[in-house]
Amino acid sequence: MKISAIVTLKKDVLDPQGKVVSQTLRNMGYDNIINVRQGKYFEIELNEINKEKAKKKVEEICKNLLTNIVIEDYTINLK
Amino acid sequence: MKITNEIINKHGIKPHEFKKIISLIQKEPNILELGIFSAMWNEHCSYKSSKKYLRTLPTNNKKVIQGPGENAGVIDIEDDDALVFKIESHNHPSYIEPYQGAATGVGGILRDIFTMGARPIAILNSIHFGSHKHIKTKNLLNGVVSGIGGYGNCVGIPTVGGEVKFDDSYNENILVNAMAVGLAKKNKIFYSKAQGINQPVIYVGSKTGRDGIHGASMASAEFDDNTEEKKPTVQVGDPFTEKLLLEACLELMKDDSIIAIQDMGAAGLTSSSVEMASKGDLGIEINLNNIPCREKNMTPYEMMLSETQERMLLILNSGKEEKAKKIFNKWGLDFSIIGKTTNSRNLVLNFNDKEVANLPLSSLSINAPVYDRKWKKNENQKKVNMQKNFKSFKILDSFKKILISPNNSEKSWVWEQYDSTVMADTVQKPGGDSGVVRIHGKNKGIALTVDSSAHYCLANPLMGGKQVVCEAWRNLIAVGSNPIAITNCLNFGNPEKDKIMGQFVETIDGISQACTYLDFPVVSGNVSFYNETKNKAIAPTPTIGAAGLIKNLNYMMTKNIKEIGSHILVIGKTLGHLYQSEFFREVLFFKDGPPPEVNLFNEKNNGYAIQTLIAKKLVNSAHDISSGGILLALTEMCISGKIGAKIKIPNDNISIHEYLFGEDQSRYLVEINEKNIKEATNILKKNSVYYEIIGKTQKDKLNVDKEFDIKLSDLSKLNSFWFKNYFKEN
Amino acid sequence: MKSAVIVFPGSNCDRDVAVALEKFHIKNQMVWHNETELPKCDLIILPGGFSYGDYLRTGCIASKSRIINAVIKHEKNGGLILGICNGFQILIETGLLPGVLLRNKKLRFLSKNVFLKALNINNHFCLYYKQKKVIELPIAHNEGSYFANSNLLQNLEDNNLIAFKYCDQKGNIISDANPNGSSNNIAGILNNKKNVLGMMPHPERLIDPILSGEDGSLMFKSLFNSPT
Repeated sequence: MKISAIVTLKKDVLDPQGKVVSQTLRNMGYDNIINVRQGKYFEIELNEINKEKAKKKVEEICKNLLTNIVIEDYTINLK
Repeated sequence: MKITNEIINKHGIKPHEFKKIISLIQKEPNILELGIFSAMWNEHCSYKSSKKYLRTLPTNNKKVIQGPGENAGVIDIEDDDALVFKIESHNHPSYIEPYQGAATGVGGILRDIFTMGARPIAILNSIHFGSHKHIKTKNLLNGVVSGIGGYGNCVGIPTVGGEVKFDDSYNENILVNAMAVGLAKKNKIFYSKAQGINQPVIYVGSKTGRDGIHGASMASAEFDDNTEEKKPTVQVGDPFTEKLLLEACLELMKDDSIIAIQDMGAAGLTSSSVEMASKGDLGIEINLNNIPCREKNMTPYEMMLSETQERMLLILNSGKEEKAKKIFNKWGLDFSIIGKTTNSRNLVLNFNDKEVANLPLSSLSINAPVYDRKWKKNENQKKVNMQKNFKSFKILDSFKKILISPNNSEKSWVWEQYDSTVMADTVQKPGGDSGVVRIHGKNKGIALTVDSSAHYCLANPLMGGKQVVCEAWRNLIAVGSNPIAITNCLNFGNPEKDKIMGQFVETIDGISQACTYLDFPVVSGNVSFYNETKNKAIAPTPTIGAAGLIKNLNYMMTKNIKEIGSHILVIGKTLGHLYQSEFFREVLFFKDGPPPEVNLFNEKNNGYAIQTLIAKKLVNSAHDISSGGILLALTEMCISGKIGAKIKIPNDNISIHEYLFGEDQSRYLVEINEKNIKEATNILKKNSVYYEIIGKTQKDKLNVDKEFDIKLSDLSKLNSFWFKNYFKEN
Repeated sequence: MKSAVIVFPGSNCDRDVAVALEKFHIKNQMVWHNETELPKCDLIILPGGFSYGDYLRTGCIASKSRIINAVIKHEKNGGLILGICNGFQILIETGLLPGVLLRNKKLRFLSKNVFLKALNINNHFCLYYKQKKVIELPIAHNEGSYFANSNLLQNLEDNNLIAFKYCDQKGNIISDANPNGSSNNIAGILNNKKNVLGMMPHPERLIDPILSGEDGSLMFKSLFNSPT
């Protein structure tokens, strides 16, 4: 089963990359840009058929490795 | 909001401290005011446990322009140049988020330097991790190293030295100490003391977010099991903004626009505004509606306690605002006039046309608590009988174990991640006794080193404190510099425990004795207490950062052996002290016993002799003999010079193990040519310096008496094996 | 010979390059990224550093700067352009050089001295490397692994557009001497007209014997003495 996870910085955490990208877009003439925030996308392939079990495993993976919960959040999508 | 006991407790304020607050300000504080007290009165900002002892350190001599108490210390390095430097800890944040914690540690210390009008020219760091077998160590090491590199490399300041150590005592409390060094003109140094009333107070840099609120309080509390769950927000560093802030500040500093300037570091806007106004004996009024905010609906409490990075507070000469604004806008940074200096001697905060806080500044600064904490004398380790007879251990086998141990391994895996050559003035890169940077455009240089010896300090804090200062001094001497001054970062456990406080008191005494004797004053520093988890404290770890001047770089010394056929001399007496040595720890797994004695007279006398030999160009290469003893020091000289050596043990009073692995202090290894040997030994004799000629350099093999004969390339492979293997890069 | 060094927010080798140019008598001006026109010059240098914090992709945001159009025009008119480290990354993002620079193979920043072989010395930048069998220069980068598809690599090899390759101390181009995993050990490339050079190593950092070598000097000497 394939599951995707998106890791983003928490809402209140500074995102220096997003800040520079949104400024650059504005400089390039995209003047209706309000804000850009950057994150990471993971595609995880598991040997598991039970959706719930798979989701639980990926949650664990997110917590243990893919994110640092001090500054990051994650969302999981089943395919 | 009602101020309950629970709220007071959450702010880390003890009941008797709360009573003191009320008596100082003659009212019950509101939540914002309580937050401000909590930030200013915690250990990190107030130094309430350490102040009494820090005052005993020598902080002055004719080279010192500014001692402790400012953003950084300043020393005279001749001509019109001044060197600005400081070391600081970022231990707790780095354990929670290693990359960002370490990165922002570098960012903070860099701001302390350029706040004073100095362009940063070098970074060093001392990092301590738990056992390499501990489950967290690999990630922490990787994160911290890439965080330090990620920040320093981006700002474009070379990292020229440092140390990496592993020990069980740091399993749950790693240490990340970063030192930064900057260059300023003697007559163009900027201070944080406010002057004049009705002068505009300016906020520059990044917008304020909800970063690290109460970070300073976190640094002053022990960790427990829940710490990882409730992890307070850790700041994210933005080295790109730092670089812009650096350039903008230095551009504005070219004229006389700035009256005072201070980095918004720990406790952010609170500590910077309080400190600037208190130092000038003035008041300060701030309109919080003018604070540039990153998030919507930020409260005064959040604005005052936020630890968003890359921000500065300035007091300008009125009339200079427009000019300053132009500079900061050019660099794409926020610039906002947020208040003014007053003669009230109070901190007054307004928000939405209402006064939201009003506190006498004295209650936050001079009247903050100072404690004379209970302490007890350390039970110093005594010599004990060894259970095993170490003499039966083969020298080469033992040495191999030392060479491949993480603490003694060659650390290019780490150094290579730090840009060491940007600014094109790095004369000696990491890996030598000291890093050396050239003063831009001149032929003089600065030698820099950071050192710590926690094992010694744990066994005997007084001796350890002395030793670490001497070690730094020796490292500066070995590269041909004249040692000038130090900065210290004192990492300890919980000072509320008399045992820990005792370690602190005795360590300071040791540092103080050595600094006084060597005329090596402390010009800046930082104390990090509460490095303790579940009642287990780190070994007392004073980290010493030190600077020396090389007046003429043509006289700089390096450790790599230069020629085949020259003599190898041990300067200083070898008594064979093996307790606390790498040989006992790594080979016999024996950790008890006293550290080596420090004899300050010998230290100074031997150091001066080395200086004389170098000044007369009699020395080809020189190296400090420290942990690992003569054999490790010699091997390092040989590997870096790609030239071997053949040595004999010159004295039969002590065993070969004691001779080769002993960690007696005040010693150096030097390489001297045949044609210079007579003159050199005459100088040593004349100055009553003990020396032994132990052998000669030779082609690519290291040969020790009858013990072994091995190719340098084999030793080099062993020495560089550990890190690559640990990170599976082989 | 006159030069212009473009300064982007986050450039941090701009001063070092300016110092080197001055030392070798090349008249230099610094140009802020927000300008739209260049001063009259023969050579443009895009310096190393972390323009825009290296955010998004290295060199990418700098390649959208206002000054870039003038840089492209300068190239069209046959002017010289040298991109060092981050400057090389910017040249690639601008399209003035082909290929891409990926993260180092070991996924970590690398700061150390490396050995190089100059493969094409018949250009304005490298003339003085003729006598040098092996060159030593520092690298300091996180994204320096040059990657190109096999057609492009073949084209670079066939047309002699590879200026430098990583080698060992004796000059052997072997994979052990490749610090970052670059295709074919590539450390620097030229465009077809040979008026643009992009390279990861930093010649400006080694122009003084006291800094352990002078191999960087040869590039500035070549530029000073090249016909303008």
